[in-house]
Amino acid sequence: MNQTQAFHRRIDAALHDDQLRRNFRSALTGIQAKRETQFPDDRQLQALREQARMVRANALVKQPELLEQLEARLTGNGIQVHWAETPQQANTIIGDILRAAGARSVVKGKSMVSEETELNHYLEQLGVEVIESDLGEFIIQLAQEPPSHIVAPAIHKNRREVAELFHRFYPDIPYTEDIDQLTQSARLILREKFAAADAGISGVNFAVAETGTLCLVENEGNGRLSTTAPRLHIAITGVEKVVEKLSDVPPLLEILTKSATGQPITTYFNMISRPRQPGELDGPEAVHLVLLDNGRSRIRVDEELLDTLRCIRCGTCINYCPVYVQLGGHAYGTVYPGPIGIALEPQRIGIDKVGTLTSACTMCGACGEVCPVKIPLPKLINRLRAEAVNEQRTTTPLLGRGSLRKPGEATIWKLWQQLYAHPRLYRLFTLAATRLRWLTPRKLGGWTRYRSAPRPAPRSLRELAIREGFGHG
Amino acid sequence: MPAPQQVYFFATCLIDLLYPAAGLAGMQLLRREGVEVIFPADQTCCGQPAFNSGYRDEALEVARAQLRCFPRDIPVVVPSGSCGGMIRQHWPELFAGQPDEPTALAVAARTYELTEFLVDVLQISLRDLGEPLKVAIHTSCSARREMGVADRIESLVSQLDKVEVMTQQRKAECCGFGGTFAVKQADVSGAMVQDKTDALRATAAQCVISQDCGCLMNIGGAFEKQGGGPQTRHVAEFLWERTAGDAP
Amino acid sequence: MGSARDNILGRLRANRPHAVPAPAVYTKPLGWDRERCIAEFMTRMHAVRGEVHRVARDDWTAWLSRELPPRGMLRGLIGRGAVAEQFAAAAADEFTLTRYDHAIDDWKDVLFRDIDFSVTGTLAGLAESGSLVLWPSQDEPRLMSLVPPLHIALLDAGRLFENFAALLAAEEWSARMPTNALLVSGPSKTADIEQTLAYGIHGPKALIVLILD
Repeated sequence: MNQTQAFHRRIDAALHDDQLRRNFRSALTGIQAKRETQFPDDRQLQALREQARMVRANALVKQPELLEQLEARLTGNGIQVHWAETPQQANTIIGDILRAAGARSVVKGKSMVSEETELNHYLEQLGVEVIESDLGEFIIQLAQEPPSHIVAPAIHKNRREVAELFHRFYPDIPYTEDIDQLTQSARLILREKFAAADAGISGVNFAVAETGTLCLVENEGNGRLSTTAPRLHIAITGVEKVVEKLSDVPPLLEILTKSATGQPITTYFNMISRPRQPGELDGPEAVHLVLLDNGRSRIRVDEELLDTLRCIRCGTCINYCPVYVQLGGHAYGTVYPGPIGIALEPQRIGIDKVGTLTSACTMCGACGEVCPVKIPLPKLINRLRAEAVNEQRTTTPLLGRGSLRKPGEATIWKLWQQLYAHPRLYRLFTLAATRLRWLTPRKLGGWTRYRSAPRPAPRSLRELAIREGFGHG
Repeated sequence: MPAPQQVYFFATCLIDLLYPAAGLAGMQLLRREGVEVIFPADQTCCGQPAFNSGYRDEALEVARAQLRCFPRDIPVVVPSGSCGGMIRQHWPELFAGQPDEPTALAVAARTYELTEFLVDVLQISLRDLGEPLKVAIHTSCSARREMGVADRIESLVSQLDKVEVMTQQRKAECCGFGGTFAVKQADVSGAMVQDKTDALRATAAQCVISQDCGCLMNIGGAFEKQGGGPQTRHVAEFLWERTAGDAP
Repeated sequence: MGSARDNILGRLRANRPHAVPAPAVYTKPLGWDRERCIAEFMTRMHAVRGEVHRVARDDWTAWLSRELPPRGMLRGLIGRGAVAEQFAAAAADEFTLTRYDHAIDDWKDVLFRDIDFSVTGTLAGLAESGSLVLWPSQDEPRLMSLVPPLHIALLDAGRLFENFAALLAAEEWSARMPTNALLVSGPSKTADIEQTLAYGIHGPKALIVLILD
């Protein structure tokens, strides 16, 4: 089965899951409304987006210098920095750090980069217990599912499904669908884990080069607990997450929380610059940062596609995508779903593996309109479509360029070109189509599954224009 | 800009073959305002279908064949946010580095979507001669986001005092047409148009109006398949009918 | 074939996008005076179930001695330094106070299980977002404001800034960052189940801010 067939199979499953689609529609309608309350003044919103864009664009241009500065500052602060080109390297580095420290149990804060490397699976094979501590991640860990959204991983589950999961794995806790009670159960279950864990693993929202500071955004407190209670903290992030200055943080923080969850700020903003210092009484004694490339430096080669790397992983594009709301995240089959997924994953993994995702887009532009850092998502997706069917067009090092070109489709477009680039041929075509309109098939594949078949008019507009006395110029 | 004496009319391939009445109404609205409307004989298509499918070379050849149809420095009026958006937003991308790039940019710079032209340039004034009617306005994604002209159709319809505009839920959400998307992702498209038609039905509007025939083909075709629903009209046809056309 | 570091940096250096203008420092002046800042701070905190009270500078220990026992909050955690000494000296007899004065590693279970509330100072407050700014220290370690179910934070009314941008512009953080700096904007919460807000998950279930005038 090729990637297109596999994608259609997953889409089919998603479209037939009415409960899933109701869950998503309800969730995203609410999230959109919350975001809108945070931006009552459109001029201010546009100014903030422009500021955020400039901060991220600046960081990407200076990326190698900033990474070196980040490494120097972190190292000077006592935080150990590791570099990984591939998921395997990243996992090995983390596994080795844990083994050297004798760490057998890990509490984990949310990290999409760790999903890229499938870190949990790797560590479990090494015999390390990994507990996801973010409630949404905890839920899907119980369900043994991947996240379906980059900010709200369990967005596809309703309370009954969560209640059933909790009761199955923790039968001593009485069954309840009450959200407050489920939340309290999670608090109790995870509290023990925080206290006892040997190590904590987290992602990073922003890494500040100027001061060597790792910034994390969260509401629950599990991030702070994971990075403070155990004696060892390992952070993992992508190499594009570095920003230049501390003063770059306020606009990014503001637009991230307002866009992603419709909050003026999250409960906690955690800025880590050092491990436990002499005289300090808590905090990890050892802190490590793993910087992962995994295709990002390759994306940076192309100046148009580079914009993809401005992403601050807010999920707003996903929340506004009219296709995503019908399918949910799992249908995409990739770590990142929705518009950012369609733009990023074919670049990260290869057009030959996941290029078909670019078909899941109507070019409506809702994503580009809301992106906090003004990534021109529709333009990038359209560009990837062009690269998918024509490997000659550019010399960009995209994996799998041209791999979706099909001779039949290419011939159709060549014929279309002949017809539409030659007015006389076109006029013959419209003459035939209008005069023989009764021959138009009533069944037109996928179109007529949901709509009546369109039919050519008796006369083309060109003919009507002549009849009504409009000149040709 | 002061009202020009002449404009070109860009039919769009969809209107030329499938919805010529909408195009004709657009041309008639312009002529009634005292503008001479020129319909270049050799025009065919802006190139968007191929462009959105990734076949940019083919799109470029078709797009460039349009350039010689619009040589004079007069506005090009397009009864479609989608095709207008292709010309204004994407021709610069498509023609980048090409020998005829300056010509393409020049044409793009004087391209207007029809309602944009009627409101901004002609400042058209409309007298409603029709019967009371409830309508819903579907603002196409391209009119809204590529051309920024969603408010122009609202403004025109608001001049018709016997027309009541109903507001559907999730008005800004895509109807699921997306050109070749409707064929390549037929089932997702079907789910999207179902949501859109549900929302429009719920307003009890008798007619759905839009700046884009692609969306209308999608929405209207879905209503028909569902066994009936509100009528659908391109805004040009709707305005021409409401203002009784050429009637004195 | 160099190290991963060399390879990554080498690729990044080999492909330099065109320069872009450096962003101006972000400022968002709101024109709020002290009273307005306090009012906005209180509104935001209340919106996320934070409890805020204005208390005279010398009255806070009495306030806590009065308010906490009826709520069943008796086992308190204090650090070292001025706030801890004041509370230790004046706190009501019903309280059992634990001092955070030695490394956590051998009494973590006590901290997680046997403490009802903690009392810390703060560095500043941010009015626009309803945030406390904390720089945990040797005297007031990081877990104090995180583990106990109730966190009580003292905020000097004169230390309210309009927002984070204003604070960073006024105070030179970049000169030396502490081990850990925090913005705390309410008790812990989550919306991971059906996007419905639920309070009191992993961090403190309750937050009381005493604004000292």
